[in-house]
Amino acid sequence: MEIRLEQLTKVFTDKTGKETRAVDDLTITIPSGKLVGLLGPSGCGKSTTLFMIAGLHKPSGGKIFFGDDDVTRLAPEKRGIGLVFQNYALYPHMTVRQNIMFPLENLNIGREEATKLVIEMAKLVGIEDQLDKKPSQLSGGQQQRVAIARALVKKPRVLLLDEPLSNLDARLRLQTREEIKRIQRETGITTIFVTHDQEEAMSISDQMVILDFGVQQQMDIPQNMYNKPINLFVAKFLGNPPINIVEGKIVDGKVFIGDNIQVATRTAKNGDYILGIRPEDFRFDPNGFDVDTKDIEHIGRDTMIRFSLGDVDLRALVDSDSVHGQKTIKLSVKAGKTHVFEKETGHVVL
Amino acid sequence: MKDFKQKLRDFLWKARNTIHFSSVRTSEFFQKHHLGFITRWPGWLKAIFYLAPALTLLSIFTFYPIFNSFLISFYTGYNIQTGEYDGFTFLGNYAVVLQHANFKQAVLNTAIIVFVSVPITIIIGLLIAVALNAIKPLKSFYQTIFFLPYVTNTIAIGLVFAFIFSGNQNTIMNPVGLGLANQVITWFGGTPIAWVASGATYWSAMSVILVYSVWNGLAFKIIVFLAGIQGIDKQYYQSAQIDGASRAKSFTRITVPLISPMIFYILITSVIGSFKTYSSVVAIINREGLITTGSQGSINLKTIVFYIYDYIGGAALNGVMSYASAAAIILFAIILVFTVIQLQVGKRRVHY
Repeated sequence: MEIRLEQLTKVFTDKTGKETRAVDDLTITIPSGKLVGLLGPSGCGKSTTLFMIAGLHKPSGGKIFFGDDDVTRLAPEKRGIGLVFQNYALYPHMTVRQNIMFPLENLNIGREEATKLVIEMAKLVGIEDQLDKKPSQLSGGQQQRVAIARALVKKPRVLLLDEPLSNLDARLRLQTREEIKRIQRETGITTIFVTHDQEEAMSISDQMVILDFGVQQQMDIPQNMYNKPINLFVAKFLGNPPINIVEGKIVDGKVFIGDNIQVATRTAKNGDYILGIRPEDFRFDPNGFDVDTKDIEHIGRDTMIRFSLGDVDLRALVDSDSVHGQKTIKLSVKAGKTHVFEKETGHVVL
Repeated sequence: MKDFKQKLRDFLWKARNTIHFSSVRTSEFFQKHHLGFITRWPGWLKAIFYLAPALTLLSIFTFYPIFNSFLISFYTGYNIQTGEYDGFTFLGNYAVVLQHANFKQAVLNTAIIVFVSVPITIIIGLLIAVALNAIKPLKSFYQTIFFLPYVTNTIAIGLVFAFIFSGNQNTIMNPVGLGLANQVITWFGGTPIAWVASGATYWSAMSVILVYSVWNGLAFKIIVFLAGIQGIDKQYYQSAQIDGASRAKSFTRITVPLISPMIFYILITSVIGSFKTYSSVVAIINREGLITTGSQGSINLKTIVFYIYDYIGGAALNGVMSYASAAAIILFAIILVFTVIQLQVGKRRVHY
């Protein structure tokens, strides 16, 4: 089912009457049956958005549609959503079975059918042998699965996940995110999840929304967003190691770093711009510009070269085979990989 | 002045260093001359050293009296002045106490107070705690108000209650002599009741004691439950709300199990406390625990503790102290049995 947010706004007012716009005029359409990630730095309003979709927060303005139904004023229990909390919120005094059964107790479902559904869900998430344990006896990954099973057992229209992987260790995280992707594919349920971890978001989402200060920055499929960031914030936010940001200018269709290092050609108005170049978009080129290396780090397959142009420190990520400890190397930027941003607005120049 | 403070601080620092280093030197000296055992105490000896003050006081005022009353309950002809006694009887004193009509009445009175007031107090306390947790404005103000009875003297509260429920056979038709309770009854067109004075019935007096016990016990329970409720993660409720659980269901399936350790603690302590009820009856009825109602004789509202005190009052007679001791030991046994039963039930029902 498609979810539409129309000019969704949430304003929090603290005791002194100071207003914080947690979510500001957010308009997104989340396509049916997809896994969509809401990504942004801490305090960007992504969890607030999720809780508004869940109905736990009341929006200050705007509307939420599930398909054609306006659910903005609907109570959470009537929306048909499943929510997995960041710390899972499993009831500690109930067994796994009772936990998964809990949402069914509030529906008009016979006991036998409920038991069947619980086992079906437990099988889907792979915890059918843990049903009689208490949550405290399970590992973090298993607790996560129980939480997902509990959210899915009543067949919700939408599944919402709040930072689903943040409480897991690195290895479990990898495993669980594949698991979430699998469960989403198998059930075909429209899923929205919130994260601050770009790798997590890029690896599992079909579509990704980046938020900053409650304002939507860009929505696209993850790779597109990485390759074609719409503004400086998105460019800086995505990518590890981060994108190189330098001041540059365009003169007669040529893009320069500083005064005389040409890195690309671009038809745009002459003037000063901000350039973004991803570290992996540098390459060795006999015709390129000279740089003095400050530091070379070999990281397995790749080599990180630190150098400076003018007073800016930059990083380049190149193939390990081509680096032999030279002091001076020649680099150029791959064609079409220089991102040019407006100096005032930070908006990309196409 | 400032200079003096500085000097004092320096002096204290030097004194501390002197003591510290001298103790280090001393223990080094002992170590070197194979005398380490002087400063190296075994762990249990250290523990006893630290526990000594508490243990001393407890021994004098708790362990010895319990042990002694246990002994006295087996004596015959015990004289509290001289400490002399004629001999031993195995269960003679117990048999006398158990067959005494007043003791049976005292057990009945106490049991009614325990089994009626404790559950009611816990249920009302829980509901008030949930309500207090739900209100936002003036939260701490209300919490303070509900805690006030706890810091107020039991007897003082009892006197207020006695005043509220005042009115006897003779003054009952005279509006001046009526307490608040009877005035309310009159407003609604009822007939005033002589609650605790002459003309009262057993149940009218008992109901006042029960109301008082409930009210007097509420404050502490509310505070404990409120602390427990505030420690519950809000996300459990949000999760339950999304799953369509009603408020009543959230209360019974989430709040109650999650604060079950507090409920259990309150249950055990208040059952023990109620078995020892004394001062509330004194405050509401009188020091005799008896209401004289003229021709019909008197209404006996003595609790077990009353019964024990009555015997202690007559302990100048040889052997009477043994009855008091036997009654005290019986009370101890009753409380012990109930507490053990509760602990056993609690093992299965309480979620820590």
